[in-house]
Amino acid sequence: MAKTHVTMKVNGAEVEGLVEPRTLLVHFIRENLQMTGTHIGCETTHCGACTVDIDGMSVKSCTMFAVQAQGSDIITVEGMANADGTLSALQEGFRMMHGLQCGFCTPGMIVRAHRLLKENPLPSEPEIRMGISGNICRCTGYQNIVKAIQYASAKINGVEFQEAAE
Amino acid sequence: MNDLTPTREQRTAALEGMGCKRKRVEDIRFTQGRGNYVDDVKLPGMLHGDFVRSPHPHARVKKIDDSEALKVPGVLAVITAETLKTVNLAWMPTLAGDVQMVLADGKVLFQNQEVAFVVATDRYAADDGINKVVVEYEPLPVLVDPFKAMDPDAPVLREDLVGKMSGAHGPRKHDNHIFEWTVGDKELTDAAFNKAEVTIKEMISYHRTHPSPLETCQCVCSFDKIKGELTIYGTFQAPHVIRTVVALIAKLPEHKIHVIAPDIGGGFGNKVGAYPGYICAAVASIVTGKPVKWVEDRIENLTATSFARDYHMTTEVAATKDGKVTGLRVHVLADHGAFDACADPSKWPAGFFNIVTGSYDFPTAHLAVDGVYTNKAPGGVAYRCSFRVTEAAYCIERAMDILAQKLDMDPAELRLKNFIKPEQFPYHSALGWEYDSGDYHTAMRKMMETTGYAALRKEQAEKRAAFARGETRDIMGLGISFFTEIVGAGPSKNCDILGIAMFDSCEIRMHPTGAGIARVGSKSQGQGHETTWAQIIATEIGIPADNIMVEEGNTDTAPYGLGTYGSRSTPVAGAAIAMAARKIKAKAQMIAAYKLEVHEDDLEFDIDGFRVKGLPEKFMSMKDICWAAYNSVPPGMEPGLEAVSYYDPPNMTYPFGAYLCVMDIDVDTGVYKVRRFYALDDCGTRINPMIIEGQVHGGLTEAFAIAMGQEIRYDEVGNVVTGSFMDFFMPTAVETPHWETDFTVTPSPHHPIGAKGVGESPNVGGVPAFSNAVNDAFSFLGSTHIQMPHDFWRNWKAAKDLGAVA
Repeated sequence: MAKTHVTMKVNGAEVEGLVEPRTLLVHFIRENLQMTGTHIGCETTHCGACTVDIDGMSVKSCTMFAVQAQGSDIITVEGMANADGTLSALQEGFRMMHGLQCGFCTPGMIVRAHRLLKENPLPSEPEIRMGISGNICRCTGYQNIVKAIQYASAKINGVEFQEAAE
Repeated sequence: MNDLTPTREQRTAALEGMGCKRKRVEDIRFTQGRGNYVDDVKLPGMLHGDFVRSPHPHARVKKIDDSEALKVPGVLAVITAETLKTVNLAWMPTLAGDVQMVLADGKVLFQNQEVAFVVATDRYAADDGINKVVVEYEPLPVLVDPFKAMDPDAPVLREDLVGKMSGAHGPRKHDNHIFEWTVGDKELTDAAFNKAEVTIKEMISYHRTHPSPLETCQCVCSFDKIKGELTIYGTFQAPHVIRTVVALIAKLPEHKIHVIAPDIGGGFGNKVGAYPGYICAAVASIVTGKPVKWVEDRIENLTATSFARDYHMTTEVAATKDGKVTGLRVHVLADHGAFDACADPSKWPAGFFNIVTGSYDFPTAHLAVDGVYTNKAPGGVAYRCSFRVTEAAYCIERAMDILAQKLDMDPAELRLKNFIKPEQFPYHSALGWEYDSGDYHTAMRKMMETTGYAALRKEQAEKRAAFARGETRDIMGLGISFFTEIVGAGPSKNCDILGIAMFDSCEIRMHPTGAGIARVGSKSQGQGHETTWAQIIATEIGIPADNIMVEEGNTDTAPYGLGTYGSRSTPVAGAAIAMAARKIKAKAQMIAAYKLEVHEDDLEFDIDGFRVKGLPEKFMSMKDICWAAYNSVPPGMEPGLEAVSYYDPPNMTYPFGAYLCVMDIDVDTGVYKVRRFYALDDCGTRINPMIIEGQVHGGLTEAFAIAMGQEIRYDEVGNVVTGSFMDFFMPTAVETPHWETDFTVTPSPHHPIGAKGVGESPNVGGVPAFSNAVNDAFSFLGSTHIQMPHDFWRNWKAAKDLGAVA
C-alpha cells in the first residue's frame, strides 16, 4: 500500500514518518516513533489506555489515523515529566496516593488528567470521576486515582491537599 | 549518646519494613510510560502472527484454502492444524488433564476458535492475510445450554472422546460429560436432611464472566537455530510452568528455553493458562527462523481466552428451627466449554469448591460436581479467586440469606449463631479442609458496629412501610457477606500442576556494600511485589528496603516458582522470602559473633544489626556484616552472603472478611445506587497497608462489575453477544461506588510472618454482598433468589414479576 509522509510535533519535537493511510496513530507512535508509553487496551475507544493529547484535546489514538494527526501538536506520557526530568505533580500524585497497580492504564490516565486539570484546575470529586470516565482501570477501583488527581490539583494550585476521610 | 544518634523508631522507620506504607518503586517507571510490557518488546526482523477464527460455534471444517492469502504482500506463511501435525502440536494438553486443539482439527467447537495462523511482516499485512484465507465450513447442531448437555439427543461435541467412558478424573456418564467429583459424607448428610426441622433448596447460578485485564494475552517467540534455543517473552502469571510445558510438548531441553515475563498489565487469572497463540508463535518462529509476535485484540481476549465461573449450584441447607445449621448439600453443574482447560491444581477437577461450607460449623456436608462440554470458549480460570472459591462463597452466602429469610431471622444473627468459634481453630471442615486461624465473631461485630447495622435495619423497615403506603418507589437492601477464603496453593500434599508441587522460591544475594538482590518465583501483575518483597527482607535482616532490588519473571535468573495467582504469592513466595532472609540472618549472626569476639548465642538481633546481650555498645550493623562477609568471615566459612529457599507450605491460609453493602433500587427503572460499601478484611499480618487497601478497592470494583452486570453471554445458537467493551460491562469511575475499608489481624499460625494473602478476598466477598443487597431489597415482595447479574433491566424485571410495577 502506498505510503504517505506525515509530520507532527510530539512532546515538543518535530517528527516525521512514512505511513500507510490506514495506520493508526497509536501504531505510528509505538512502532515508528518507538515511544511505547501509549498503550493499546481495547481498540474500540472504550478503555483509554491509548489516550494522547492532541492540540489541547484528549484523544484515543487507537481509533485515529496517523494521517489525521498531520501537523498537530501531540503530548504523550513521555512528555508529562517536568522539564528537569523530575516527576510532575500528577505523576507524583499517582505514586503518593497509590493511584496505579499494573500501570497499564496509567499513561492514558495521566495524559487525560493533565488535560482535565488544564480545563478545570480545581475539580470536585464528581467532576474528576466524570472527567476520567473515558479511561478504564481494572486494578485500582478509581478511588486512589481520584485522590491522585486531587493531590496534583492542590499542588499545582498551591493549596493544601487534604485526603478525604474514609 | 548525642542527639544525632537515631532512635529505635528512626532506625525502624529507615528500613521501611513490614507494616510501612512504603511507596511503590514500580511507579517511577510506570508513571513515565517506561514500563516494559510484552507489546513493547521489539526484536530485529520480528514478524507478526494473527489468527483466522471460526464464525461458527460448531462446524465441520471442510477445506482451508490459503492460496490467496499467500499472495498478499508481506504474508510469509499460513499455519493450520495440518502444519502443526508435522511437529505433533495440533493438540496440546490442558492443565485439567484434557487435550485441546491448537488449531481447528477437522471441526470447530466454539465461536472464534483458532483455525489458522497467518505470519506476516507486520500486523497490518497479517490482518490482510487473514481476510484472504478461505475456510469452507459445514455447520453442525449447537449445544449452548449446559443443562441439555447430557440429554440423550444432545449433539456430541468431542468426537475425539467418543467411546472413552473414563476421563482424567474418573468415569464419564455421557459423551459430553467431563467428570463427576464428589466430596463429603452422603449418608450422614442425607440423614441430616431427613430429620431437619427446616430446609431450603435453591438453584443458585454464578454466570459466565471474564477477567479481561487491560493488557490482552500476548507473546514474542524467538528461536535461535544455531544455539537451538527458544526465547519467549509473554504475559505469563507462571513463567516457570510455561517453560516446563513448552519443554514437554515441544521436546526442547528445558535449559534451552528462556521464558521472560516482563511487566504485565493485569492478570486476574487470565494469564495462567497456555493458549494456542503461544504455540503458534513458537512454531512460526521455528519455521521462519525469525522472532514472531502474537498480540491478541480485545474481541479475541473476551471470546476465546479463559472465561470464569459458569457454575450452576443446586443448594440445600438443613437447620433447626432456631437457626443452627445441620447439613449442606450442593450439586453443581459446571459448564466448561469445548475443552476442559480449567486452571486448577491437578487433583481438583472443580478446584477448592469444597470450601463451600464457608465460615460455618456444618456438622456434615455433601458435594457433587458434574463438568460438561458445551460449544463455548474453554479454559475456566479462577478469576481473582483461589480455584472456585468465588463460586463457593457466593453459593453459601446466598444460601445463608435464603435460610435467614425462611426462618425470619436477621442474616447477621444467623451467621453469628453458626460461625466456627475462635477456640475451634485449627478447624476441620466437613468437606476436608483444615482452617488455620480465624476470629469471625469479632470481625462481624466490628462490621455491625462501624456501619450502624441495627439503625440501617430500622431504616429499612421504615422504608418498606413507606413503600407499602405508596410514599416511595425506592426499595432498600442490606447485603451482608461473611467469607472465608482458602488461598496459598499450596502444600505439596494437596497441590500440584502437571505433577509439579506448588512450592515457591526466593534467592537473596547481599553484596559487600549492604545492597542486594532478591529473585523470586512469583510474578507480579500489578500487586507491587518489587515493593513489598523488599519490605519483608528489610524487617527480617535489617537492611533498608530501598537497598534490595526485587526481580521476577526471568526463568534464567529466578529460582523455580509456581507463579502468581490464587492469592498464593504472599502465603507461599512471601514465606520463601522470609525463610531465605532468615538463612542470611543466621550466617550474618555467625560473622558478627566472630567480628565481635563473642559466642553467637551471646548476640541478639536488634532492628538493623546484632548486639551483644547486656553490652549495648557492642553492636555490628547488618551493613557492616555484609562487608565482612566478603573479606573477614570466620575461618572455614565460605565467603559471601546469599541464600535460597524453596518453601512448601504446611497448609493453606484462610483469610476472611465481613462486608456490608447498602443499596437503594428504584423499582420503576431498576436503577440502583450503592449508598455504602464497607469491607473489613482479615488477611493476617499486613505487609504494606497502602497496597492492601488498593487491592481491596480493585477487587471490590471487579466484584461490583460481576454482580451488577458483567457477563459473557451467548445467544441460543452459540454467538457470543458480549465480545467488546461496548457490551461487556466495564465500570468507569462514574459507576464505581466509594469503598470504605477496615481490618482485623488474625495471623496465620503456620506462616513465617503470619501473612495470609488478600488480593482476591474483596472479589470473593464482594459479589455475595452486592447480590445479597439486591435480593434483600426484593425479599419483602416475596422473592427468595434473583439470579445475577443484577443490571437495571433485571432489577426492573424482578420488580415487575413480583408485582411491584404495573
